[in-house]
Amino acid sequence: MADGPRGTGHRNEPPDDEAALSARLKRLGNRLAQTNRPPENGSDPRQTADLSGYARGFRLSTELVAGVLVGAVIGWLLDRWLGISPWGLIVFLLLGFAAGVLNVMRAAGVVRDRQLNDD
Amino acid sequence: MTVDPIHQFQINNLFPVAKIGNVEITFTNSAAFMMLAVVGLTVFLVGATARRNLVPSRLQSAAELSYEFVASTIRSTAGSEGMKFFPFVFSIFMFVLTLNMLGLIPYAFTVTSHIIVTAALAITVFLIVLIYGLWRHGLHFFNLFVPKGVPIYILPLIVAIEILSFLSRPISHSVRLFANMLAGHITLKVFAGFIILLGGSLGAIGWVGSLLPFAMVVVLYALETLVAFLQAYVFAILTCIYLNDAIHPGH
Repeated sequence: MADGPRGTGHRNEPPDDEAALSARLKRLGNRLAQTNRPPENGSDPRQTADLSGYARGFRLSTELVAGVLVGAVIGWLLDRWLGISPWGLIVFLLLGFAAGVLNVMRAAGVVRDRQLNDD
Repeated sequence: MTVDPIHQFQINNLFPVAKIGNVEITFTNSAAFMMLAVVGLTVFLVGATARRNLVPSRLQSAAELSYEFVASTIRSTAGSEGMKFFPFVFSIFMFVLTLNMLGLIPYAFTVTSHIIVTAALAITVFLIVLIYGLWRHGLHFFNLFVPKGVPIYILPLIVAIEILSFLSRPISHSVRLFANMLAGHITLKVFAGFIILLGGSLGAIGWVGSLLPFAMVVVLYALETLVAFLQAYVFAILTCIYLNDAIHPGH
């Protein structure tokens, strides 16, 4: 496009201006293409899921309840099978609570995901 | 006039299909609405793509839009490798979305307000993640439970917590959809019940007063439409996030 001599003191000449403009356009296009490119390997999916506050709150509460529930069920089953009456429930309820809190922190994006840690 | 907000969730047997052992298998209103959703979706998608034009018709445009929407969701959460699972995620998203939307039609049955349906979907996702992860990465898949840079003396505890967290996924996945639909429909029904209650008991003053719950129902209905879409989207996006773990477990 730019056929005149470039940047040799003729800053105000129209062809030079045009060349600069097209160069800027090209740079802008490149940058746009870079920012609009779909991110590879899931870059923080929980942030992109743009939820309303209600749905977000609901999600966090179910995450916590699910963790505790799974812990309780596993502990209860272990108690029944192994006959270690209160201990399975006690230990797994606590573990389940911890798992629930972990779930909530992951869902809220406080703790970053595992995949992102290693790069 | 009795107003029972739970009545709308009742399963009715329409006609018996088969009998296996002592278990009677009957075609219920739930099954009928699922069939309706599947048939409707098939007709919509096949009809939209039967005559493909470069300049899409309205129907074709809607189908392309739904494709683009799900595809971009998968690409942004599970990477381009996740597109392998596009048919699965697209089916789940469209199925849940259609069922949620069908449930909003007055007198229609909301299939997704029953936990057995959402749990079946969530367990399917869970098993696919587990089986695909094991098939693709072998025992390497269990590295998912072993975060890096944790001191060895605390590792057993962390692994136990990670495993419980993994096992709790289908529960939170299914409960979220089911509870949202259930709570929303009950709320709608309760407020609609107020209209009848006020108008029926207080006469003319009651009918004027019932404008308030009526306005509330209108607002709630709009909210419920949003929730119906949002929950289908959340269900799909969580499916993608879990599939992402199967595709790239931490290494």
